[in-house]
Amino acid sequence: MPLALRLENVSFSYGNGPLVLRDVDLTIERGEFVAIAGPNGGGKTTLLRLVLGLQQPSSGRVEVFTARRGYLAQRAQATIDAPLTVRELVTAGRAPRTRLLGPLVRGDREAVRVAIARVGLLPQADRRLSTLSGGQQQRAFIAKALAAEPELLALDEPTTGVDVDAQEAIAGLLQQLQAELAMTILYVSHEFGAVEQFVERLVLVRGRIVHDGPPSSLPDLWHDPSHAHA
Amino acid sequence: MLDLEFMRLAFGAGIVVGLLAPAVGFFLVQRRLSLVGDGIGHVAFAGVALGYLLDLPLVLTALVVSVVGGLAIEWIRARRTAAGDQALALVFYTGIAGGVVLVSAAGALNVNLFQFLFGSILTVTRTDLALIAGLGAAALAIVALLYRPLVAVVVDEEGARVARLPVGTLNTLTAALAAVTIALSMRVVGILLIAALMVLPVIAASRIAWSLRSTMLLSMGLGLASVLAGITIAYYADLPPGGTTVLLAAASVLVTEGVSAVRR
Repeated sequence: MPLALRLENVSFSYGNGPLVLRDVDLTIERGEFVAIAGPNGGGKTTLLRLVLGLQQPSSGRVEVFTARRGYLAQRAQATIDAPLTVRELVTAGRAPRTRLLGPLVRGDREAVRVAIARVGLLPQADRRLSTLSGGQQQRAFIAKALAAEPELLALDEPTTGVDVDAQEAIAGLLQQLQAELAMTILYVSHEFGAVEQFVERLVLVRGRIVHDGPPSSLPDLWHDPSHAHA
Repeated sequence: MLDLEFMRLAFGAGIVVGLLAPAVGFFLVQRRLSLVGDGIGHVAFAGVALGYLLDLPLVLTALVVSVVGGLAIEWIRARRTAAGDQALALVFYTGIAGGVVLVSAAGALNVNLFQFLFGSILTVTRTDLALIAGLGAAALAIVALLYRPLVAVVVDEEGARVARLPVGTLNTLTAALAAVTIALSMRVVGILLIAALMVLPVIAASRIAWSLRSTMLLSMGLGLASVLAGITIAYYADLPPGGTTVLLAAASVLVTEGVSAVRR
């Protein structure tokens, strides 16, 4: 399979601080569903931000071979005060695929509709985001990330703050996306129970990569990665 | 009232500014940069002073210096060499201090600075109106054409970066649009009150709007209504038009807040 991304000997620190990530080598193929887990402060979000180009490595090389990337940030929420509908949010996610100037064309409006339908929010499409539940808002943000039809979808703690039903709904949706669209999915979480049955590969990060393989190969001791291991 | 040419010119300038200020301010408010207008306004004062010193058209020098100030704020903010409010403070105080020194150097401390600080819409000339209408229409056209990508950035700046939208260019453009708006609005509401017309109608509209687009359109409507009513009341009651306009915009926030509370 062609590569989606490759990190070679990557280290990173914020300013002159201590290294957050050290000597990371990671290769991910297109179409893989990879969970990146680890304790809080272990560097998994930093790893994702390096992949997405939001941070530059202190040393080493990051190469991403997918042109279209979607991103769901940690605790994604609309930071604006004005009312924002689901359709407007998802349309904002479509912007990279549309012509820069002027109104949306029919094909873009349809792509926005499809993205909203995919997360099951068509009945709420013209409702204000603030009137939806936490799980529905999270799905709306996933629809936003999907609207540009990304080849690489990166999600940072997508199930934080949502109930168990919503967690399972999100996990099922991601599995469906990977199966139907062969999308490369990077799923960052400090716990990965909801997606454990779907992911093919688990990368455990604690300042460096301490495990990389199928979830079944993870020793029982490690199964709760939020636990502080000696 | 409309028999008088200076009133027709005042209304002409007021219509452009009433629509433009909230349209550009909308993006600043959503990015939580509501006070950027104030910062650029103070830099515009230095531009006016430079105009006196060099004996150049004051709106032109204010326009150039405002754009430089707006871009400086965005440059410092984007590079995070200082927190957003520190970047604003740096440009804000440099602008007002530079203005005082330049006005003094030009020997113009005795001129009526009040007309620039608080507006003097009743002294708008035909040349002023042509400049305000031309540049104002161009700025509104840019906002309309780039509405979608500008919204994509205010809704989720990091997501837009990941998706490779030209975020830096769009933010720089927003800063430049804000600077142009402020230089053009100088005559209508004055340097010290400009930011209010960019911010208050947007806050008012967001209380009663049902979507992002309706927020922008309602804010433009409220901005226009505030300016037109402000000029009219100022004419009949012999009040300063700039201050009257801003008080009406502030009142619109209270009214829409009340409407929103009743709905809840």
